[in-house]
Amino acid sequence: MAIGLTHYLVLAGAMFLTGTIGVLVRRNSLIMFMSIEIMLCAVNIVFAASSRALGDLSGHVFVMMNFAVAAAEAAIGLAILVEIYRQRRSVNVDDLTTLME
Amino acid sequence: MEHHAVDNALRWIVLVPLIGAAVNGLLVRVMPRRLAGLIGCGTVAISFALSVKVFLRLVEMDPAHRLVEDTIATWLTFGRLQIDIGFAMDPLNAVMALVVTGVGFLIHVYSLGYMAHDAGFNRFFAYLNLFIFSMLTLVLGENLVMLFVGWEGVGLCSYLLISFWFNDEANAAAGKKAFIVNRIGDFGFLLGMFVIGTTMLPHMGAGEGLFSFSVLAEHAGLLAPIATLAGLLLFVGATGKSAQIPLYIWLPDAMAGPTPVSALIHAATMVTAGVYMIARLNYLFIQSETAMLVIAIVGGVTALYAATIALTQNDIKKVLAYSTVSQLGYMMLACGVGAFAMGIFHLMTHAFFKALLFLGSGSVIHAMSNEQDMRKMGGLRKKLPITWWTFLIGTLALAGVFPFAGFFSKDEILWNAWSQGGVGLWVLGFLGAGLTAFYMMRLVSLTFFGSNRASDEVKHHIHESPLTMTLPLVVLAVLSLAGGWVGIPHFMGGANHFGTWLEPVFAHEIVVDAVPHAEVVAHAVADDEHHGAVDHATDHGADHAAEVRMEWTLASASLVWALLGLGLGTLVYTKRTGIATAAHRFAGGIPHRILKNKYYVDELYEAAIIRPAHAVSDRFLFKTVDVGLIDGLLVSGSYTLVAIVSALVRLLQNGMIRFYAWAFASGVAAFIIYLTLSG
Repeated sequence: MAIGLTHYLVLAGAMFLTGTIGVLVRRNSLIMFMSIEIMLCAVNIVFAASSRALGDLSGHVFVMMNFAVAAAEAAIGLAILVEIYRQRRSVNVDDLTTLME
Repeated sequence: MEHHAVDNALRWIVLVPLIGAAVNGLLVRVMPRRLAGLIGCGTVAISFALSVKVFLRLVEMDPAHRLVEDTIATWLTFGRLQIDIGFAMDPLNAVMALVVTGVGFLIHVYSLGYMAHDAGFNRFFAYLNLFIFSMLTLVLGENLVMLFVGWEGVGLCSYLLISFWFNDEANAAAGKKAFIVNRIGDFGFLLGMFVIGTTMLPHMGAGEGLFSFSVLAEHAGLLAPIATLAGLLLFVGATGKSAQIPLYIWLPDAMAGPTPVSALIHAATMVTAGVYMIARLNYLFIQSETAMLVIAIVGGVTALYAATIALTQNDIKKVLAYSTVSQLGYMMLACGVGAFAMGIFHLMTHAFFKALLFLGSGSVIHAMSNEQDMRKMGGLRKKLPITWWTFLIGTLALAGVFPFAGFFSKDEILWNAWSQGGVGLWVLGFLGAGLTAFYMMRLVSLTFFGSNRASDEVKHHIHESPLTMTLPLVVLAVLSLAGGWVGIPHFMGGANHFGTWLEPVFAHEIVVDAVPHAEVVAHAVADDEHHGAVDHATDHGADHAAEVRMEWTLASASLVWALLGLGLGTLVYTKRTGIATAAHRFAGGIPHRILKNKYYVDELYEAAIIRPAHAVSDRFLFKTVDVGLIDGLLVSGSYTLVAIVSALVRLLQNGMIRFYAWAFASGVAAFIIYLTLSG
């Protein structure tokens, strides 16, 4: 059985669902952050697979850009998390409700 | 378009006093007094000299086409509406400009002496010059809009000068009253202008100034359908400015201002603006019999009514103020019966003798240490000889004694009232004339005859005024004596130069464009009606002789009547003072009390207009609309609404990231489901 577009889409869908559930159910912001990265990867897979299937290079271009964005986002996001931990000694999102007021 | 003579001097007549006002006004704190006085008087003198120059040029022109123009710029153009900034001088403008600058100059000189010790000397001259500028804009403006600009300008200056000594609250209140009452009239004036504008607009060609007097005169026939409406609305404006019933109430209060102001603004010039406006737009007014009748009746009634109030006032300036209201009534009466030229004639002579009387009263007040109550005066004849003699001349002129100026103008008005208006109007004017003589002699007797009733300290200070004050008095006295001789009527063998001079302005042929190409030429009523201005050589001999006999009879009657009034006034208030006391007690003193309280008109307005307006403002507009509706419902309501909505929205923003994530995910899920199902 040849590996086709469908397989990639199913894989991407499964990864995206995993990431979404991770964001929704976990309380540790680091884990939530990782879950978001998984969702992002799922999207990258869809881009790459579709690009290949349709013979259009722009999908690859987007994937490259997403890498760059994800790298920058990870750097900034982790830096913020470290700083929050220093201030609060916790990265549990249920404790971080300062914006409510 | 005809080509008219152009003279750039016209703009300088108007602008030079403005420059004086600007210099004195801007440098009011640093200007030395002498220089301020020099600038104040000098600028008006220049205006007067320029007016004379243009006037002499007019004299040399062809009598039928005497018009000099000076257009500075186009003010605004909007479709067919074009309004220019420009000035014009025809015989009527010339008379007005000469009176304004001439009498104005004399009063400026007088003010040098009268205001010499006043702290606001520089400010006073700045205001006076501003007034002269506004008044000249009014009388020289070549269109109705320029006239209106001047009209509002003099109103402002009047307000500023009435409340010149604004530290006293009564003065400030008097200024406010004058301004507000005038605004009521101005509102009518504006509406009248709008009516004229909307009627004329569709007929305007390119480059024709809509409100230009020459254009209005040319197309006067177009105004026929709206003549009554526009005429009455404009007349409302005139009743405000020229102090006629029912808006005269501000003028007596306006005496709160310094006496030169009363002489200049509230006797000689500004208050005559309404008469000038009606004479200027004579071609509009004569097309409406109703408007003319209303003007004549209001004028006649005001003439008599104000004279009765003047009988009982004790403040020397109040007597003169009511006398001014009364004399303005005569001018209106003249306009109302179509004798515009005689209205303007009386305007001019009145400017001379009433300015003289006010300045004389100012000289008396000055001598009496600012006392204005005549009951505390008396016996000033010897101590103030120049004031006394000039005042007497002014009184005789006002009373209409031959050969003083007032005799000719007032007599012509009465004759026209008789021959064109009917006996009723004549009786009003005739009775008023007798009362005028009587109250003036009462004033003179109380002030100059008998013994002095002032306190010893005041008596000690009594002195004749300085030369700057007496010189204008003498000049005005000469004018009050001889000023009427330019208009000696035909029946006395005179040439009536004054009427002839103004004749082209008032003898219009109004072309009624009822149907295009079928023009009907209607002769203006004024053409036939104002006897004084038209040569009656063509009349049938017998009618003419009868008319002349009638004129002689009426003139003699009014002369006798005036002398009677003068004699009676002297008798009652010097020798037989018992008669006055008896008159006060007549019928339980009720008539005297009514007159003394000016027919309770101020109280009537207070009760009928001011208090209801206050009540409505307070109870409805303030407590219901402002507090209830605006503050309560709109202002408080909007912030209450925001508070409620925010309280609801705040529940969503709880700071729980996982709540947001769930909301976000469910939203996306719901959206996808929706898209799938609606597919």
